[in-house]
Amino acid sequence: MASPALEELVLNSRHRLVRGLKQQKASADQIEEEVAKLLKLKAQLGHDESKQKFVLKTPKGTRDYSPRQMAVREKVFDVIICCFKRHGAEVIDTPVFELKETLMGKYGQDCKLIYDLKDQGGELLSLRYDLTVPFGRYLAMNNLTNIKRYHIAKVYRRDNPAMTRGRYLNSITVDFDIAGQFDPMIPDAECLKIMCEILSSLQIGKFLVKVNDRRILDGMFAVCGVPDSKFRTICSSVDKLDKVSWEEVKNEMVGEKGLAPEVADRIGDYVQQHGEVCLVEQLLQDPKLSQNKQAVEGLGDLKLLFEYLTLFGIDDKISFDLSLARGLDYYTGVIYVAVLLQMPTGAGEEPWCGQCGCWRRYDGLVGMFDPKGRKVPCVGLSIGVERIFSIVEQRLEALEEKVRTTETQVLVASAQKKLAGGETKACLQLWDAGIKAELLYKKNPKLLNQLQYCEETGIPLVAIIGEQELKDGVIKLRSVASREEVDVRREDLVEEIRRRTNQPLYVC
Amino acid sequence: MSGLGGALRCWAALLRQPRRPPRAARSGAVGFHSQTAQAVLTSQLKPHQEKPNFIIKVPKGTRDLSPQQMVVREKILEKIIGCFKRHGARGLDTPAFELTETLTEKYEDTFGLMYDLKDQGGELLSLRYDLTVPFARYLAMNKLKKMKRYQVGKVWRRESPALVQGRYREFCQCDFDIAGEFDPMIPDAECLKIMCEILSGLQLGDFLIKVNDRRIVDGIFAVCGVPEDRFRTICSSMDKLDKMSWEDVRHEMVAEKGLAPEVADGIGEYAQCHGGISLIEELSKDPRLSQSQLALQGLGDLKLLFEYLTLFGIAEKISFDLSLARGLDYYTGVIYEAVLLQSPGQAGKEALNVGSVAAGGRYDGLVAQFDPKGHRVPCVGLSIGVERIFCLVEQKMKASGEKVRTTETQVFVATPQQNFLRERLKLIAELWDAGIKAEMLYKNNPKLLTQLHYCEKTDIPLMVIIGEQEQREGVIKLRSVASREEVIINRESLVAEIQKRLS
Repeated sequence: MASPALEELVLNSRHRLVRGLKQQKASADQIEEEVAKLLKLKAQLGHDESKQKFVLKTPKGTRDYSPRQMAVREKVFDVIICCFKRHGAEVIDTPVFELKETLMGKYGQDCKLIYDLKDQGGELLSLRYDLTVPFGRYLAMNNLTNIKRYHIAKVYRRDNPAMTRGRYLNSITVDFDIAGQFDPMIPDAECLKIMCEILSSLQIGKFLVKVNDRRILDGMFAVCGVPDSKFRTICSSVDKLDKVSWEEVKNEMVGEKGLAPEVADRIGDYVQQHGEVCLVEQLLQDPKLSQNKQAVEGLGDLKLLFEYLTLFGIDDKISFDLSLARGLDYYTGVIYVAVLLQMPTGAGEEPWCGQCGCWRRYDGLVGMFDPKGRKVPCVGLSIGVERIFSIVEQRLEALEEKVRTTETQVLVASAQKKLAGGETKACLQLWDAGIKAELLYKKNPKLLNQLQYCEETGIPLVAIIGEQELKDGVIKLRSVASREEVDVRREDLVEEIRRRTNQPLYVC
Repeated sequence: MSGLGGALRCWAALLRQPRRPPRAARSGAVGFHSQTAQAVLTSQLKPHQEKPNFIIKVPKGTRDLSPQQMVVREKILEKIIGCFKRHGARGLDTPAFELTETLTEKYEDTFGLMYDLKDQGGELLSLRYDLTVPFARYLAMNKLKKMKRYQVGKVWRRESPALVQGRYREFCQCDFDIAGEFDPMIPDAECLKIMCEILSGLQLGDFLIKVNDRRIVDGIFAVCGVPEDRFRTICSSMDKLDKMSWEDVRHEMVAEKGLAPEVADGIGEYAQCHGGISLIEELSKDPRLSQSQLALQGLGDLKLLFEYLTLFGIAEKISFDLSLARGLDYYTGVIYEAVLLQSPGQAGKEALNVGSVAAGGRYDGLVAQFDPKGHRVPCVGLSIGVERIFCLVEQKMKASGEKVRTTETQVFVATPQQNFLRERLKLIAELWDAGIKAEMLYKNNPKLLTQLHYCEKTDIPLMVIIGEQEQREGVIKLRSVASREEVIINRESLVAEIQKRLS
């Protein structure tokens, strides 16, 4: 920057811009962006005010998890991991960043959303965008041809200004995959079984798993007369059927995408159907569809899948839905999506169909890294846990169930003035026996405060050490809920606490 | 002592989010899979990649964790977190990266050691260097005055990796901190108690926790005549006394850092001292050192600390060591570091020196650096170096040839016959629905030998076998994989029978 006068000019115009935006009530994002630019400029120009207080926050698109959210998160993970282990899955972990070249060319247009690390003289790195590409790299690196693994970790996607704010794009992903060449539909059926077990155990309400197949869709479009070139765009119209009416979808296909109305009508006859295995049978008998080789292949696989799902006892949770078309652009086989029906709604909020996906991945998982293009077929599922956290939290609130953020079983309290060592000794005894105990860090705590602390944090028991108790070798054990007190000999304290807290064995 | 205010704020923020992300966002989430698939298909059509010499590897200083390693790691973490919970700590999680300005100037000697994110037109970001500064930011952001929290997470440092010793660029830390104004030294003592519990519980052998105090170090420097602006740099030299001899350290101080030889000698008289309460008392009476108010303060606190440590039964594991200086700048009071003691005659192998396995201290001024009004929230905490511990445990296991199971499967569902897939599917679903961990092969007609081999390889203890005969008689064969003994069970009592054997 040349002269101070010029600097001043630039600064002032920037100031005016921000003021103007605020007056016009521009979007908070916009204002934030301009303010950031202003502050940066000020810092560059060495303005003292810039040294003042920076904005105290987490980066855009990220958030902290408070203790309460952590407690909910832990509960949810326990259920999910328990299920994975029940099905014999192993777990792996990969680094948070990969070599930039590992991720390059794998995400198409979305590569703009990848966080790159600064070139600091070493390797060029990028934060992982998903857990699938790292998985492919892991398989290739270790020359694996089959593995059943789950991976729970955060993935990072840059905030796209076009997206609505408030959406956390740095989020936890739960991936489960069965990689390897196996007999058809058995691993697929197990994935669906796992999906159902998890959603049932989480008790977040009724759910449904919609199933479809790319080959059936393609076949259907072909027999209806959709021109090849319009396949993909018609696909995305059809996919909207879960949110808008058929009329609107038809309008879009005919009015905006130039589809002949009769063709649209024929599509309509098919895609408004959903059902179970009988629908599969019905379509196999359909005079037009049964002539299409692709559709018949897809229907055959679905028929087999439904057989297995019935044996697994989950056929009532599965719906063959011909309108399910999302994400189908390049998949060649079965695709499924689990949706939550009956979402808990806040006042004035629309009911939301929650998707926790589950889909067949591509067969090129290893091929993308292996020069020989070795194929390792892969089927798996991906769970949108962040949404599940919110739902579980809401449910707990609705039930007025308190979420404890600690697991403390006993508070060691004192009824006397000095921390004479009685409390610390008692605490020591308890910790060494594996009992979860807390001690307040005050030399002269009031008993009332200590009891209040227990009620606030949900601690069930208090062990009160008083002078009398110390002399007689006896401790008063009090139940916070019932307020009943009983004298316990020091030697029996551990046993008594164990008995009362009845620590449940961790069963998975 | 609650983070409820902060939790409510987070929850309120969540509620304000649109419940359903708009179309573009959602298809984006699913769409990326198709983008990946597209790229995969195109790459398959083009047989030669643009980069023929691309070697598949992880970035320098990082590693994948195989299933075997994950099992070991999870056991270790379970023990550590179990201890934190036993002492009433709450969990917390913060993002992997922070605004660069949040992290800058909080650490000393970290120039060039932080991973920065590329300036892509948005905020300037850096990967977190530890879990302490994010914690201070969290406290200030949520205006919390008290909190006892633990956090387990990865941190990133661009140091030279020494993989054999467990020094990586990406590594896991387990932090426990107590924030808040409390009566002196009680929380500090609990931190040390926790460190002892964890190290004992992990059974890594004998260990020692060195304890010192920033004020004592500064006091020594002051009375010995170290110029104030050299305090930190002389500090980092002194810190090397655990790896270098005093002669070498003295040399560095005088020759490289320009310290007057007499001053260095003065420091040397103190720096080589270590002991217990008696040393504290001796130093409190030391004519030179007692001139420093700061040092006396530190000594007073240490005395109180040792009293509590005695009550906690861990005093014999603690050593007051005047050479302990610790790297990070934000410590203001007591500092501590745990080292494993090499037992003599350890199988004649090169004893692995992994340095310290846990460390921490008191840092009373950090939160104030984030608070607009400069409100102080005193803090004390500890950090467990899980990677180093992990390294040791892995080495031990390799040496002893110990193997770990990577799955927890209890029962395998098998058949000797062809065309029995459906029966197996029905059976395994029954087991799953009863909470039993079960597996089967994804083959229509697997050979019995293959199935047996699978069980033996993966250490599955029980097998249920169904075939034509069993089907007809309404029974199941239950087989112990280890002993190869088989019994016949009624189909209806299968689940109960298995549960009995597993308990």
